[in-house]
Amino acid sequence: MTSLPPPSAKKLGLVIDLDTCVGCQACATSCKEWNTQGYSAPLSDENPYDADPTGAWLNRVHGYEVKEPGLEQSRIVHFPRSCLHCEEPACVTVCPTGASYKRAEDGIVLVNPETCIGCKLCSWACPYGAREYDDSHGVMKKCTLCVDRIYNEHFEPKDRIPACVKACPTGARHFGDLGDPGSAVSLLVKEREGYDLLPEMGFKPVNKYLPPRARRDATTMKPVELPKGDGGAFDRLFAWADQVLSRKMTAMRGDDTDYSGKLEG
Amino acid sequence: MHPAYSVILFTTASGAGYGLLALLGLAGASHGVASSMGFALTAILIASALITIGLLSSMLHLGRPERAWRAFSQWRSSWLSREGVASVITYAPALAFAAAWSGLIGAPQLIAPLGLITAVMCVVTVYCTAKIYSSLPTIRAWAQPLTGPVYLAFSLATGAALMTAIAAVFNRFQSFQVIVTVASIILLGILKFFYWRAIDRGEKTHTIEAATGLGRIGSVRQWELPHTAINFIQKEMGYAVARKHAAALRSLVFLLLALALLAVLASLAAPLVSLIAAVLTLIAAVVERWLFFAEAQHVSTLYYGEQRA
Repeated sequence: MTSLPPPSAKKLGLVIDLDTCVGCQACATSCKEWNTQGYSAPLSDENPYDADPTGAWLNRVHGYEVKEPGLEQSRIVHFPRSCLHCEEPACVTVCPTGASYKRAEDGIVLVNPETCIGCKLCSWACPYGAREYDDSHGVMKKCTLCVDRIYNEHFEPKDRIPACVKACPTGARHFGDLGDPGSAVSLLVKEREGYDLLPEMGFKPVNKYLPPRARRDATTMKPVELPKGDGGAFDRLFAWADQVLSRKMTAMRGDDTDYSGKLEG
Repeated sequence: MHPAYSVILFTTASGAGYGLLALLGLAGASHGVASSMGFALTAILIASALITIGLLSSMLHLGRPERAWRAFSQWRSSWLSREGVASVITYAPALAFAAAWSGLIGAPQLIAPLGLITAVMCVVTVYCTAKIYSSLPTIRAWAQPLTGPVYLAFSLATGAALMTAIAAVFNRFQSFQVIVTVASIILLGILKFFYWRAIDRGEKTHTIEAATGLGRIGSVRQWELPHTAINFIQKEMGYAVARKHAAALRSLVFLLLALALLAVLASLAAPLVSLIAAVLTLIAAVVERWLFFAEAQHVSTLYYGEQRA
């Protein structure tokens, strides 16, 4: 049934801290690893070892450069992107088969891999690019909020969290009930002024993002002056050694081309 | 958006088929039994073949075509499901109309109601097809008030051009058919002109700053992609090849429609020229439909470096 259920009191979701995310991709790889063997498995890749590999992932970590007004240097923000488990998800209502649905009990948005026809319309309806098509199975894949972990009684209670949250080495990912104003994640969102992506589109995402904090000091903004020599005996010795060695290296190479730049990238 | 050939074939072929079927329904409703069974059955057969080829082609677009029957279940919320339901329902009055109108069964009193029901169902089905696209706020070029009317006008124009051509082949050519075709092509040209003007003038209201929420600290630019190879989102939503050639292709659509118009008018002197008009109108429909997809920008491209959508 792709009509939406009445709004649930429980709204399970993620809170992602853009201040502490270091872009290590641990969440993305652990997501892939868990979800290729769990619900709706496998999460396939096409030509994984060829020149042109592709595959379905449920979590992607982007990098953005932000130019803050008045500051000369821009800053890099690592930005994990996955399904936001919207309160009013258009991906669900456009589904012609009922394969795409929002759970009434906790708000998780799921795809039933047994009834999905792979028409891709849900991916067109999602502004967040959260749904990916699995070429080898002909169905859509998306973040399940690790529904097969968070209620899994075979796990220790501390492990009943999504794989991405479990894997994050900097604690940048938080899981909880955003429908409960007193929950740890709701308090975090309140304290750090967590926000919605593309709020103007009106899909009411449950997942929230915490903005990067203001910079604490000037060390990352101003180019640091390198210490200069005092012109003493040691400095002169090093300068002489530098000169001699530079000449020798050039002679060995046999030409004057400077190759040092070629080592980059 | 990636212009999938199966979807282009589906929307243009079934659009032309429904246009032709609707016009035949109206012709039957006003004139009663067809003057020749051969003409009636051929025309209906061409219409149903176009519709069926279109629907089968849309099934090829699916990852799991064998499950397509499930798409009839969610008509309460999904325009795609409604389109599927409407397209299948239309077969019933269409077949009954074909039997009565061609004279296969002697029921002249049923021709008018069946013809009208068939025509209405054709309009409903094409409207549902258009709504699949126009109800998506994620694609600005599709969520336009003129998307629906343009789909209907293309269906009418291609259907009318086909009807004139088939009538000419069967020596049933009438100047009235030319009037309908000319009027529908002119209407189509006007609607498409205003559609393109609307998408060119419309403001791109979504920004990379809103998509990432990072506008609250500064201006945002893509620094690094999350993956080294192209992914589904980029392939499906990020088709940008056509935007470079959009202006030329738009002119081509208008040129094809203008030539079709001339060919229809020429058919007043030599009826068989209307075959050329039908082909030109269908080619115009294919080019326009390809542009409809290729020109459209999806909001999710903001995560892949587009500044505005």
